[in-house]
Amino acid sequence: MKQFDVIVVGGGHAGAEAAAASARMGSRTALITLRRDAIGVMSCNPAIGGLGKGHLVREIDACDGIMGEAADRAGIQFRLLNRRKGPAVQGPRTQADRKLYRQAIQSLLARYDSLTIMQGEVASLIVNANQIGGVVLADGSRITASAVIITAGTFLNGVIHVGDQQRAGGRVGDAPSVLLAQQLADLNLQRGRLKTGTPPRLDGRTINWSVLDSQPGDDVPTMFSFLNSAPFAAQIACGITQTNARTHDIVRQNLGRSAMYGGHISGVGPRYCPSIEDKVVRFADKDHHQIFLEPEGLDDPTVYPNGISTSLPAEVQQDYVRSIVGLEQVTITQPGYAIEYDYFDPRGLDPALQVKAMAGLFFAGQINGTTGYEEAAAQGLVAGLNAALLASGRPPALFSRSESYIGVMIDDLTTHGVTEPYRMFTSRAEYRLALRADNADQRLTEKAIALGCVSQTRAAQYRKKADLLAAARAVLSETAFSPRELQAAGVEVSADGARRSAYDVLAFEGVTPEHAANLVPAFAGFDAEIQQQTARDALYVQYIQRQDRDVQRLRADEALAIPAGFDYADIPGLSNELTQKLKRALPANIFQASKIEGMTPAALLLLISHVRRPSRRQTA
Amino acid sequence: MDTIFALASARGRAGVAVLRISGPLAHWAAGQLCALPPVRHAGLRVLRYQGEVLDQAVVLAFAAPHSFTGEDSVELHLHGSIAVVAKVSDVLAQMGGLRLAEAGEFTRRAMDNGHLDLTQVEGLADLIDAESESQRKQALQVLSGVIAQKVAPWRADLLRAAALIEATIDFADEDVPFDVSPEVLGLLTRVQQDLAAEHARSGAAAAIREGFEVAILGAPNVGKSTLLNALAQREAAITSDIAGTTRDVIEVRMHIGGLLVTVLDTAGLRDSDDVVESIGIARAKQRAEAADLRIFLLQRADERFDIQPRPDDIVRLAKGDVVQGSIPSVSGKTGAGLDALLAEIAHKLEGKTSAAGVFSRQRHIQALGVAQAALQKAIAALPRATEAPEVIATEIRVALNALEGILGHIGVEDLLGEIFSSFCIGK
Repeated sequence: MKQFDVIVVGGGHAGAEAAAASARMGSRTALITLRRDAIGVMSCNPAIGGLGKGHLVREIDACDGIMGEAADRAGIQFRLLNRRKGPAVQGPRTQADRKLYRQAIQSLLARYDSLTIMQGEVASLIVNANQIGGVVLADGSRITASAVIITAGTFLNGVIHVGDQQRAGGRVGDAPSVLLAQQLADLNLQRGRLKTGTPPRLDGRTINWSVLDSQPGDDVPTMFSFLNSAPFAAQIACGITQTNARTHDIVRQNLGRSAMYGGHISGVGPRYCPSIEDKVVRFADKDHHQIFLEPEGLDDPTVYPNGISTSLPAEVQQDYVRSIVGLEQVTITQPGYAIEYDYFDPRGLDPALQVKAMAGLFFAGQINGTTGYEEAAAQGLVAGLNAALLASGRPPALFSRSESYIGVMIDDLTTHGVTEPYRMFTSRAEYRLALRADNADQRLTEKAIALGCVSQTRAAQYRKKADLLAAARAVLSETAFSPRELQAAGVEVSADGARRSAYDVLAFEGVTPEHAANLVPAFAGFDAEIQQQTARDALYVQYIQRQDRDVQRLRADEALAIPAGFDYADIPGLSNELTQKLKRALPANIFQASKIEGMTPAALLLLISHVRRPSRRQTA
Repeated sequence: MDTIFALASARGRAGVAVLRISGPLAHWAAGQLCALPPVRHAGLRVLRYQGEVLDQAVVLAFAAPHSFTGEDSVELHLHGSIAVVAKVSDVLAQMGGLRLAEAGEFTRRAMDNGHLDLTQVEGLADLIDAESESQRKQALQVLSGVIAQKVAPWRADLLRAAALIEATIDFADEDVPFDVSPEVLGLLTRVQQDLAAEHARSGAAAAIREGFEVAILGAPNVGKSTLLNALAQREAAITSDIAGTTRDVIEVRMHIGGLLVTVLDTAGLRDSDDVVESIGIARAKQRAEAADLRIFLLQRADERFDIQPRPDDIVRLAKGDVVQGSIPSVSGKTGAGLDALLAEIAHKLEGKTSAAGVFSRQRHIQALGVAQAALQKAIAALPRATEAPEVIATEIRVALNALEGILGHIGVEDLLGEIFSSFCIGK
């Protein structure tokens, strides 16, 4: 029998990040996966980041996680999305070479001495009186631990559809984890069914690139990790083509043979990532849709046509793909397919991603109803940190909506649950102007250092940068200038007599760090990166100050924890309906309770007064 | 838990003033002043502190949990003198460990200790708030959800506008090439105009809730104070034959035609060399200008002052018992013409209430203002929708939050503050 502090089941993006986080915390960690060589595989599109998603990767990196570093090592076309809009809504993204990414993840994991990677299938959980004790492998061996993180992805009751053909399975080529699925089903957690689709993969050597537009990366690539400043791999461009009337006709004529339209799939798919069938039906007035042709690797001819995921039969896929400009002679190396899978309602989790009904059991990733590598990895980070904290008897590490996209996602999941595969958007973050990709380190690294999951190298580099930023800001805030002085330095400002500091005017339209340096020569002594970051911080100051009261309020509500085992039946005056809802939801704090549907201000007050009263806190 | 104290009865001169002490030190504190009678037994005691006699009082002690707050508490039934209450309060504050209660703190403790449930707390607040028939109606209307009905379409419009802007942010890479600005501008402008209209109508709504002000104006010794006393049906103001008896503004709250009205008696209007009287006259004019309605008491029909009656104002010949003329008269002394005057006041104020909106609380009106200001900023930023959509989105969100806040989707601590601030200290 082997003993660990934390066991991570699954080696996808959630599992890899969870294992890394747990290991960074010094916990003896085991990562158990069906295939050691499949750790870090990008099963869907070969890209990391994007809007909202790029924010998550930066936040993972700020906690010294591995996804950002791996993306930098594997990135072959870096673009900062929304580059011409404000910094709050800019998101870094890269095409990633599949092989380089997988290798990067595997080599990063190999750095951790306290991490053991084991190949095997988890058959069942060891449970002692509602407390997790470890896992049993299919070969009968027992591995014990105080915490177990399940990152089972789409393996749970996965069914793959290609047209009207189905088979049980997870990703193509993987065996489904039927045994584990049964064990989890026995926990009586609420479940739902979701679907997701993939496009056919193309042989890039059969694409007529010469007739296609190309999309290069940014001239000055933006990295994910705060520790990196330039790409590692050679950089390439993507191709752009589009569907046409003939493509749409072929799809329309074969809708009845599509798994999704032929009635074979009951799961709910994402609205924002529609299949080509969805696009043709729902946007019937559009005569074309854009397709990005994304190379999967530098030495891999496979191309991922982003924008035409499908569950049509293989021969129909060939017909419609070949109707597209540049793809007339293309060879499909693997047909697109749809996959249906079970997820567990994440409202059954606490904000540490621990299953409320089973102490020590954590869920992270697609099993919680999310989609995307970044969402999975961010959950892996939270689960990994908290599993390690639990194993060492320390209080959980919670992430607030007011401090991070991670906090936004965890709160969305555990409070509202999901109705479609959950994907991060910047619009989900109400404090978006404060939660930027550019300041993820300023928001989270200090907290991560305190938790103990940050290397000395990163901590030192972070502190140096933080000191420089504070100094730059102080220098700019020191002196207030008259409108005349500002105008002389090239700053457009009304002659209203008000004196403003250089930091104040950095928020004005058209004011650059150069203007600030004109006003305050000492500012020119800081390097360009510090100057730019100071300008980004200054840009939204007035909005962020206005939101401060909301943030304080939110944090106060979050801080008012509802103890585990709190007895709602003991509150006279609370309606039966709400008592039942509260018993089902088991909110972790007053903020979560306030989000429960049907919750009234009156009921909330009642709840607060009882939570605050020590005498009634707990019933035996 | 602190031990708190405050006057539980109304402030000012009265037969009896009840000072309430609640908390772990309540019995100890009262014990410093006198020998505490057995709990739930009233005892007449002389209160002494450091050798000095403070007052003679009926002392009533309660032991936790059998008290209003659920804590140990003591009521001191003092003589209703401002000086006595002030002295005893000072002594309690000096003892150490005791402090003056905040507004609503006794009620809050009662709720925290399970002695009142929230519906009772709210009922108490409503009982304190509603004074007039029109307030009752207004509260009922609000209760029926009319505010939510008003806010719903604004919310829908703003959500649509926000969604359009958000789409240009979050789907930058995908197919949102069209310019959303024209539709957003239309939506924001429409809501902004509706908000401005409601804001304008909220003044009358607030007047119903908080009471109308009616000022009585006229020359010295024309019978303004006599009229006030007749309206109030008590001797609220000193009257005499001496011109200039009333110097400061005297306020009396009463109900007229189901409306809560504060009638203001003011110093007689004349040129005066007396410094104090001049201040009184200036104050009279200032308050009269701000009042919702003015009653001009004239000595003759063509009498004029430097403050002019507005079209809606009421003009009466004074001393209707001895003077008759071409315009209606009233006499505070005999009551002649008083009913007609009351009817006219009621009629005029009702006319003002018919235009009242449904947003009557300062909280509502502030929220409308916040939303309006945010939408103005959003509209101003719209030409930069391509470069700074996040700023527009933020302003729309501020407006949405403000409007939703009216409906109660607000932070818990604010809610507590809102509810308990409607209680006065000592309750």
